Amino acid sequence: MHELSIASSLVDTIRDRTGERTVASVHLRIGQLSGVLADALRFSFEIAAANTALEGAELILEQPAGRIRCRTYGLDSGLVDQFLLCACGSADVQVTAGRELDLVAVQLAAVEAAG
Amino acid sequence: MCSTCGCNDDAGVRVDGRSVTGLTLIANPAHDPHSHPHDHPHSHPHGHDSDVHPTETVLFEQSLLAHNDLLAARNRGWLEGRGIRALNVMSSPGSGKTTLLVRTLTECALTEFALTASGGRMPFAVVEGDQETSIDADRIRATGVPVVQVNTGAGCHLDADMLRHALDTLDPDPGCTVLIENVGNLVCPALFDLGEAAKVVIVSVTEGDDKPRKYPHMFAAADLVVINKSDLLPYVEFDVERCASQARQLNPNVDVLVVSATTGAGLDGWYHWLTRPSGAIRGDATRGEANPGDTDAHYYTHY
Repeated sequence: MHELSIASSLVDTIRDRTGERTVASVHLRIGQLSGVLADALRFSFEIAAANTALEGAELILEQPAGRIRCRTYGLDSGLVDQFLLCACGSADVQVTAGRELDLVAVQLAAVEAAG
Repeated sequence: MCSTCGCNDDAGVRVDGRSVTGLTLIANPAHDPHSHPHDHPHSHPHGHDSDVHPTETVLFEQSLLAHNDLLAARNRGWLEGRGIRALNVMSSPGSGKTTLLVRTLTECALTEFALTASGGRMPFAVVEGDQETSIDADRIRATGVPVVQVNTGAGCHLDADMLRHALDTLDPDPGCTVLIENVGNLVCPALFDLGEAAKVVIVSVTEGDDKPRKYPHMFAAADLVVINKSDLLPYVEFDVERCASQARQLNPNVDVLVVSATTGAGLDGWYHWLTRPSGAIRGDATRGEANPGDTDAHYYTHY
């Protein structure tokens, strides 16, 4: 359900910058460790964007996988689940990717003037 | 600060239409030639040959939670300026949050010692978050401690703006501890910073020892995990060590306590944790390293 709060806040943030210009697409970076579900966000975005200049805008989601760096051996590795464990067994790791939750950019639709 | 290049430019910074001095949450428009404000609206006829604007890309490069995070940072500054420590208490519904708070307030807040130590001022205040009703706030109010109830309606978590309004109403005494009981939910509250000094997650033994595995975001964000209802351990299959080790796999720095808010077992450890300095209660891996030289650390790994 928090995806709806995030989607509403997203629509407000974009409208603050772009006003009533029609938005063609919204580019987000949602890491796989971010706690935000892409499908739920798409669903919520449709609701939040309804009757605004963002209605019908395409959501482009970049979903970086989780990556960690082991503080014991300095190894970089990818994650298959939420557990922050190095292959060496150490839990003393630093998350280097996957927690992103960013609005990257917005593409505005070309505007055809009336005259 | 501009998140694209790190430069600082306060001009044009807005959060929900309000100007915010000193913080920039949006990329500097000067770096994006297409995002500058046009000096004319686009809805009127142009009267020149080109009647199609080129497609524009507006760069943002900001956190989706930037608005909440900004409000949380304000709350944190407001609280720190008054020497107030806020604790964000989260759990599933029914894990015993309110029971733990009521007992804590009854045993700690109104004792002569606590009032003397805080110079006669109330050492605690409480913010209660629930979707509906003031049942929990009524239970807290009965202890004599100031409380404000936030009803989130359809909302599944407290956010920084709700806490701001709650603090305005509560007007907590300087130097006190504000206990924030979040909406019962092990999912959403983990994402929303309120401006608290630490996050406390309560899990009761009747819920099962696999909660950290099932709700990793919540437990990864926790500074302290309190395993409650220890008096029921003889009747349920709950492996305390398994639960604690799962929580530590998600966050190696987390403190773990086992208590019964009903019988009072283990509450000494909780009260001790409450009196620790702010720097010593942060166990969240994302907020930095464990506290070197923290001689109390062993206290929270023994049950």
